[in-house]
Amino acid sequence: MRPRLVDPPKFGSPDDYPEGTSFEAGHLTAVNSGWRRVRPEIDGGRCTGCLLCYLHCPDGTIIRNGRTVAVDYDFCKGCGICAKMCKAGAIKMEKEHA
Amino acid sequence: MTREFISGNDALAQGVRLASPKVISAYPITPQTTVVERLSEMVGDGSLDAEFIHVESEHSALSCAIGASAAGVRTFTATSSQGLLYMAECLPYAAGGRFPIVMMNANRSVALPWNIYGDQRDSLLLLDSGWMQAYAQDAQEGLDLALMSYRIAEDPEVSTPFMINLDGFRLTHTYEVVEVPDKESADRFLPPFRPIGSIDFKDPQNIGFSAGPEHNVFFKYKAHRAVLRSRSAIAGSEKAFSDIFGREYTGLIEEYRCEDADHILITLGSASGLCRHAADAARSEGIRAGVLRIRYMRPFPAEEIAAAVSGAKSVSVLEADVSFGGSGAVFSNVGAALFSAGLSMPSSNYIGGLGGRRISQGDVRRIFSDMAAGKTGVRFIGIEEGLQ
Amino acid sequence: MSPPVPELSDDEFFYGHKACAGCGGSLAVRIALKVLGERAVAVLPAGCMSAVGFNFPQLCFANNAIISTFAGTASMMTGIEAGLRARGITDFKVVGFAGDGGTADIGIQALSGAIDRGDDVIYICYDNEAYMNTGTQKSSLTPFGARTTTTPFKGNVRDKKDMFEIAAAHGIPYAATASVGYLNDYMRKVAKAAEIKGTKYIHVIAPCPTGWGAGSDETIELAKEAVDCGLWPLAEYENGEFTLSMRAKDPSLLDGHIRRQGRFRHLTSEDMEHIRELRDRRWDRIERKWNTDQRRRTQ
Repeated sequence: MRPRLVDPPKFGSPDDYPEGTSFEAGHLTAVNSGWRRVRPEIDGGRCTGCLLCYLHCPDGTIIRNGRTVAVDYDFCKGCGICAKMCKAGAIKMEKEHA
Repeated sequence: MTREFISGNDALAQGVRLASPKVISAYPITPQTTVVERLSEMVGDGSLDAEFIHVESEHSALSCAIGASAAGVRTFTATSSQGLLYMAECLPYAAGGRFPIVMMNANRSVALPWNIYGDQRDSLLLLDSGWMQAYAQDAQEGLDLALMSYRIAEDPEVSTPFMINLDGFRLTHTYEVVEVPDKESADRFLPPFRPIGSIDFKDPQNIGFSAGPEHNVFFKYKAHRAVLRSRSAIAGSEKAFSDIFGREYTGLIEEYRCEDADHILITLGSASGLCRHAADAARSEGIRAGVLRIRYMRPFPAEEIAAAVSGAKSVSVLEADVSFGGSGAVFSNVGAALFSAGLSMPSSNYIGGLGGRRISQGDVRRIFSDMAAGKTGVRFIGIEEGLQ
Repeated sequence: MSPPVPELSDDEFFYGHKACAGCGGSLAVRIALKVLGERAVAVLPAGCMSAVGFNFPQLCFANNAIISTFAGTASMMTGIEAGLRARGITDFKVVGFAGDGGTADIGIQALSGAIDRGDDVIYICYDNEAYMNTGTQKSSLTPFGARTTTTPFKGNVRDKKDMFEIAAAHGIPYAATASVGYLNDYMRKVAKAAEIKGTKYIHVIAPCPTGWGAGSDETIELAKEAVDCGLWPLAEYENGEFTLSMRAKDPSLLDGHIRRQGRFRHLTSEDMEHIRELRDRRWDRIERKWNTDQRRRTQ
């Protein structure tokens, strides 16, 4: 279970909107990748699978698969916490190229 | 059905019992207090199966009711005066979120100066909060509105909170013989609450969100449209009510001798009985007087008022409210209705009953004389000095 | 016991939000919801987490979640709990996430009311020590010396209010302090709160790199140091007793911890001395009144 990225619904007339302020939970229409100046790059060879990066990511954008990890670059903001948490030095923050 | 000699607050509480709300959150304030005392007793003795939440403030009373409504159950709260103003932030919140909460307000003066007696400045200050507003004229109507309000508020086309107003002390604490329907008939009248967009574990919801400039106006438009659409829910509710209980209500307004009236006095709440007597007296002295009682301030009966007074030579509004430096809120609403309908007869606004001050039949009789004499403007009953 | 990381749910309930990079508050919300799961109903007042998570049509909670009025977090939680129970639903947790201002200032009355009634809810205060959503203004949880836009010169003149002990003074069934720098401890406390009936209060220190004047990657270190240097004792209150969760590892870390934050950069040596005194006085009281024997702490 996690919020899903969907195509933004078309909103043009009142009836396109819900009655009241209640709508489908976890409904994402825009990514956050444009916020990033640096991006985490994971060196799978050095990763020990400790999952501290996964645990501490404020955005939850480290996806784990067993004991390996990957980054959801759609929503990673490049804060660098994962790299700081990584005792094995497996995550480097690299300059984002526009 | 039983006939009971009870106060307006007791009658209101009986109506709430018959509607079976599941969560009641309230904070005591004079003159609302006996409503929540009666409801606490009913919850305590098991005659009402509800949770009574002893909130620590009126802000929390309505905030709690919003939460319970978002959880998908019927809710009730009650307040008055300073308490209504203290919870004010939550009123547009409930309306914008389209939570069909019912709240009783015991109309009471607003400080300063402090005063516990009845006037309508509290609810009229919140006329623009997005709630439907009804004003009862007696205890029976209070009880009946408690039942009808849920059916109207919860109509899927409406889904808007509803404020029932009873004049403090004059209605809340006056004893009358009231017909209390039996629970079976009440259940036949009021269908179970079917919430829209409430908390749902199969289909989770994000509720009470922000909507920026691009989207915001659509939510406001729909809330506005919903209150306009409540007109048909009100009509349908009154029809069903009359079918089941035999008591008739007349929609957003109630007319008295307006058909051939030259001078129509518009008022709301408990003063209307007095006004009707004064109109009879005025007629016996040759002034063709009529009285129009506003039952609903929201939705506002603009067309109904304009149609009812279109043949009159003058119109006046008597209300227990004033917006300093302007006029009473009822008068400004009525004025806009007449203007929109292209009516331009002389009009006046009488401010009476502030802080619970008694209005006599003679006072109202003088209003009709003033109208016949062509007097206009905003005037305070009992103060002769002219306002420039 | 806390769920060890590998057993922590893969679900992400707070995702795609617009919090600043490195936001400690969003981590506190994310982790608590992973512990509580999909039957959690989140209530968030006006504040950072509601502002960043509920911008229609970008709605960032995967579970049921609602914004409350600023002052009404706890009372809305009460209403939701009562309403769901009235519907016959039993398997759910109502959890509130309010900031320091929403908790210790404008929301304290409603919170006190909920604790007084014993409502079965979990109230989590994510404390970033100022009104960050409006751009860093002083709250009653802003610490001594911290510069905010409303304490712009000398910084705040009083120390933080002790919300943990205020909650405890109600005779609450469970209260705890936590830190996003010690997530295992935080997860254990959230999981424990979920098992206790009645009102639960968890106060989690959640650094705000933007408002504290620190790098976006420093959040966890700052939160850890605050505990290690003794400024933010981790503890629990249960059955009328306070129990220290862990000892401050190294009180000498205090100076470096303060000095690395932009909001404290103007402090004089007297100010620093005052911060030390405040901390040491607090610990004197802790040693006298709390259960600090680590062996007695049972899990």
